[in-house]
Amino acid sequence: MANITFITTDGTSTTVSGNSGSVMELARDHSIEGILGNCGGVCSCATCHVHVAPEDVRKTGEASEIERDMLELDDNADEYSRLCCQIVVSDAIDGVVLRVAE
Amino acid sequence: MAESPEEHVCLIVGASHAGVGCAFELRRQGWTGGIVLIDRDPQLPYHRPPLSKTYLTSEEGSYHNPLRAVDNYEREGIELRLGVSVASIDRDRSLIVLDNGEELAYDKLVLATGARPLIPPFPGLESARHVFSLRTAADVAGIRAALSEDHGKRVVVIGGGYIGLETAASLRKLGAEVTVLEREERVLARVTTPGMSAFFEQLHADHGVKILTGKTVSGFQTNATHTIVRCADGDELVADVIVIGVGIRVNVELAQRAGLEVSNGICVNGSARTSDENIYAIGDCTYHHNPRYDRFVRLESVQNAVDQGKVAAAALVGKVAIYDAIPWFWSDQYDVKLQIVGLSEGHDRAVVRKEVGEAPKFSIWYFAGDTLLAVDAVNNAKAYVIGTKFIQSGALIDRDKLADPTVPLRPANLVR
Ligand SMILES: Cc1cc2nc3c(=O)[nH]c(=O)nc-3n(C[C@H](O)[C@H](O)[C@H](O)COP(=O)(O)OP(=O)(O)OC[C@H]3O[C@@H](n4cnc5c(N)ncnc54)[C@H](O)[C@@H]3O)c2cc1C
Repeated sequence: MANITFITTDGTSTTVSGNSGSVMELARDHSIEGILGNCGGVCSCATCHVHVAPEDVRKTGEASEIERDMLELDDNADEYSRLCCQIVVSDAIDGVVLRVAE
Repeated sequence: MAESPEEHVCLIVGASHAGVGCAFELRRQGWTGGIVLIDRDPQLPYHRPPLSKTYLTSEEGSYHNPLRAVDNYEREGIELRLGVSVASIDRDRSLIVLDNGEELAYDKLVLATGARPLIPPFPGLESARHVFSLRTAADVAGIRAALSEDHGKRVVVIGGGYIGLETAASLRKLGAEVTVLEREERVLARVTTPGMSAFFEQLHADHGVKILTGKTVSGFQTNATHTIVRCADGDELVADVIVIGVGIRVNVELAQRAGLEVSNGICVNGSARTSDENIYAIGDCTYHHNPRYDRFVRLESVQNAVDQGKVAAAALVGKVAIYDAIPWFWSDQYDVKLQIVGLSEGHDRAVVRKEVGEAPKFSIWYFAGDTLLAVDAVNNAKAYVIGTKFIQSGALIDRDKLADPTVPLRPANLVR
């Protein structure tokens, strides 16, 4: 079980828990504003962009090559950016804080 | 017509990528009135692209990849009417009639009716068993059930378009013996260039899928255990399961019977409005002008459904919105990801760029004169992204450098 905190662009913080699937699916199931996942979670649309809190990057790991490339589509991307359809929900990411990108 | 905006009702026919996206965007844009989404499919609206990809091969028994969580509709005050069909539109009275006879009044109406599979009237079709098309979750459930039954796993896929090929790849992963019958001389003939078709034909051959091109199916003959698929050239294939993926028919009938302008789809202007100022149309069902490519198109993609839905939502709340997005698309087969940006039709030159290395990683860049029209990228998101930016900016590209894999794929290296 992992607790994950999303901070949406209006500053609202929401903590939800899950134990499987992707972070994008978790966000969708809890109606987190700004996470769309238009391609259904296959790293093709870049509409599930989050910034991982710097101290949590060791838990989430870094973006893969294709993910980094796709993030280039978004001018707001930085070194903490991830497409959260590519982050698997598991105990390993318990406690992470993700800021939904503009 | 209602007096205050709170009493206005927007009815949306079709609750899939276009309709659902439009409903939520309407709220975001400040529509305060009612929003009702109607769909004949009884399932909570779901993603379609995975149907032919991960869903076919997934372990889960029933399909669960909803576009939005059910609570989200409630929270946004979007009413879902699932499992009901819209039978007709009465424009004079501003209402729609459901198949159960119920009438629903609208102030604004959005048609997001998409498309349905084209099923040619093959002789013998009625008596053939285990024949499927692939558009809905129910279709996939049927294919999965047929394959898990204790008979053979010989699958004939009719049609070598994206859906046919993705289905072939997925069923192959499940251990089926798959043959694809394509009428044209190459697969993907309608949607891509010969080089890309050849790549995918080889990819499927490498995975043990038999692709037969130039094959026109002339009919089926079904006996106690299986069906014979007959081709016009006399060839015969034995099939336990048949998947028909030969294209779609656009759901224009509602619009047509209501007297809206229809040609290769429901005709809409740049704001997604039909020939009736209170009726909009979005997604697969529309025929619209793309200003960037200056031509009329009908697109079948998630991008088009979502982006055109957003434009309609903005227009519905009275904002000025013009649909001018650059089209994009993807297809996943085996471990190959194809990403396409732009429209390649009308190109006079194609530059192929092959990256150095073992795995297939390449891109095809389509130009008309100096203008970059489109990029097909295989396992190469970088090319896809750079292509997108170049098409957006209209940058002039040095084609010799582009074709040279020793020149790193970076915008600064490629502009003239
Ligand atoms: C198997 C498959 C794989 C795909 N893969 C990709 C891909 O990889 N990438 C990509 O970009 N696109 C892909 N697509 C295309 C993409 O799914 C479509 O472009 C998209 O679904 C279009 O959305 P839409 O809302 O316009 O129409 P649709 O998804 O067709 O939805 C229309 C809805 O309207 C409903 N409807 C129609 N008429 C009525 C009526 N009279 N009353 C009530 N309801 C009605 C239908 O039930 C349907 O749910 C794929 C499609 C399929 C089928």
